Amino acid sequence: MAALSRSEAEERAPSPVTVDLRESGVRALNAELHAPTAAAYEVLNPLGAHSIGAGIAHEIDVHVRGNAGYFCAGMNQRGRVVVDGSAGNGVAENMMSGSVRVRGDASQAAGATGRGGLLVIEGRASMRCGISMKGIDIVVGGDIGAMGAFMAQAGRLVVCGDVGDGLGDSIYEARIYVRGTVGTLGADCVEKEMRDEHRAELAELLAAAGLDHSVDEFRRYGSGRTLYHFTSEHSASY
Amino acid sequence: MKDPSERGLRESATFDRASIAAIQHAARTGVYDIRGWGAKRAVPHFDDLLFLGASMSRYPLEGYRERCDTDVVLGNRHATRPLHLDIPVTIAGMSFGALSAQAKEALGRGASEVGTSTTTGDGGMTDEERGESKTLVYQLLPSRYGMNPDHLRAADAIEVVLGQGAKPGGGGMLLGQKISDRVAEMRTLPPGIDQRSACRHPDWTGPDDLAIKIGELREITDWEKPVYVKVGATRTYYDVKLAVAAGADVVVVDGMQGGTAATQEVFIEHVGIPTLAAIPQAVQALQELGVHRKVQLIVSGGIRTGADVAKAMALGADAVAIGTAALVALGDNDPQYAEEYEAIGSAAGYYDDFQDGRDPAGITTQDPELSARLDPVEGGRRVANYLRVLTMEAQTLARACGKAHVLHLEPEDLVALTIEAAAMARVPLAGTNWIPGQGF
Repeated sequence: MAALSRSEAEERAPSPVTVDLRESGVRALNAELHAPTAAAYEVLNPLGAHSIGAGIAHEIDVHVRGNAGYFCAGMNQRGRVVVDGSAGNGVAENMMSGSVRVRGDASQAAGATGRGGLLVIEGRASMRCGISMKGIDIVVGGDIGAMGAFMAQAGRLVVCGDVGDGLGDSIYEARIYVRGTVGTLGADCVEKEMRDEHRAELAELLAAAGLDHSVDEFRRYGSGRTLYHFTSEHSASY
Repeated sequence: MKDPSERGLRESATFDRASIAAIQHAARTGVYDIRGWGAKRAVPHFDDLLFLGASMSRYPLEGYRERCDTDVVLGNRHATRPLHLDIPVTIAGMSFGALSAQAKEALGRGASEVGTSTTTGDGGMTDEERGESKTLVYQLLPSRYGMNPDHLRAADAIEVVLGQGAKPGGGGMLLGQKISDRVAEMRTLPPGIDQRSACRHPDWTGPDDLAIKIGELREITDWEKPVYVKVGATRTYYDVKLAVAAGADVVVVDGMQGGTAATQEVFIEHVGIPTLAAIPQAVQALQELGVHRKVQLIVSGGIRTGADVAKAMALGADAVAIGTAALVALGDNDPQYAEEYEAIGSAAGYYDDFQDGRDPAGITTQDPELSARLDPVEGGRRVANYLRVLTMEAQTLARACGKAHVLHLEPEDLVALTIEAAAMARVPLAGTNWIPGQGF
């Protein structure tokens, strides 16, 4: 089925189409979301099912009323997904564009390898939040666990709470902003100066996430760029 | 000067010249050796097996006349669009980055010409490769460099890579001299840095999670694409069982002779098991689960000839994959570049410095001038020729064993030349009924 433009879809389906996952499974839901006949969807009774909204490639709104399992909104492109609950492992993994908002908490590897778009987790996120991120923006309202932004390549990770150990281990060019405390920094992750351009982009990210913290409460972290070239003199860091 | 051994000097078997040179190199430079290619040590291999051609008890097929089919179907367990290949020899995953864009295009052209598949690598899908590959397998690797759902949907199959035979348990590396602007952009990394590929997937751990991950990939691609799981050969029996349990349509097992673009020498030579030892473990796992021939087995690692193809299939593989051999077919280690190999400290037939980007044949490089030496059309023709020869050789052996399809080859068609090969391949030592390690 050909995709509808947003305006066309809104004309055809002014109110959200409701999909009850107790009646129709994830396969039927995703098949519809991949070739949408409406502009907005409401997903009832997700009951922790996996892969809800994985592979969305259209500019549609999807509201999940409850807790989602693994890989919710995985590889999202252009979709706007809201989870009115918590999300399991790998929410919005490899997201390309669009947005995903989790009203509750997120499990491990939130936003893993994401290449674009905005992931907002209003609660807390577990370990490996932003692992290997490649351009995604992630804003977490609460704390995140250990190994956040591991091998993060590009994009921005904002944490309004505290951060566990090993933050930014082996980080490349991603930028991290933390409002609370940091357990330990990972290999080659260093605190960096907050300049005006950083305050500006942080303010934009907080505004996009709907959070009103002062940017002056945050510190910035990034790569020391000392591990970009292999040498045995760094063997203690490897 | 006379050879030292002729002067009565004795070389240590433990500290031989290669070991001494390695110590000296480590002391001088402070770095370990990183190279391409696969294990160079001698291990039991397909050369240690022989076919029992038909005679009185078996009836052979007429060569060049009677049909011996070679087509295979891959991925019909769950996928609605399984692959139908004309030959059972596929091209293994090799990255754009490790290889030039011309080399990737040539592999696609060659594979397409003979009706088989080629595979992306740790660096994403290039337009050249997709455009020239009729059947393209898209790898999902731990690094996720260039991972794009549009490419997932554009692929013909998906290969979840857990490891490779050259370095099971190891990630990848691409040294800075090969990180061109294009490679850097595809991988979202700064140009020129030494780039590490992760050894673990970022968003799942363990087989139970893998099952959910495969479920996600199927959802994203609407259950159309076959999903492969590739493992480096180590605990193959268990790994294959877990891959099947996780939902794989196809399992790829890569033995320790399988190649790499850049890995530590110590890793290549000391981790993993030979291809010959891995196949029977994989087949046993599939048979015990009742899915042999339903979940297809692709074997790679040291496939060079049609005899290797036929022997792998006789042991139970549904298809094989070639990497190093395909590069050689493209022109790798070609004597025409002998002087240039010498100039960079190597020699034709020995060149394995795929990591350093100075490949005279223009295959394992991102240097524009070197890359331009490889004509993708001519390279594709060479690869196609080689694939045809492999297939015809395998057919020849299958006909000799009385088989009308290469998939009909069976372990009973094989004997081993050495006790080690007999034990690993689980076929009798030639002239005996003895299969070492089978409890008697």
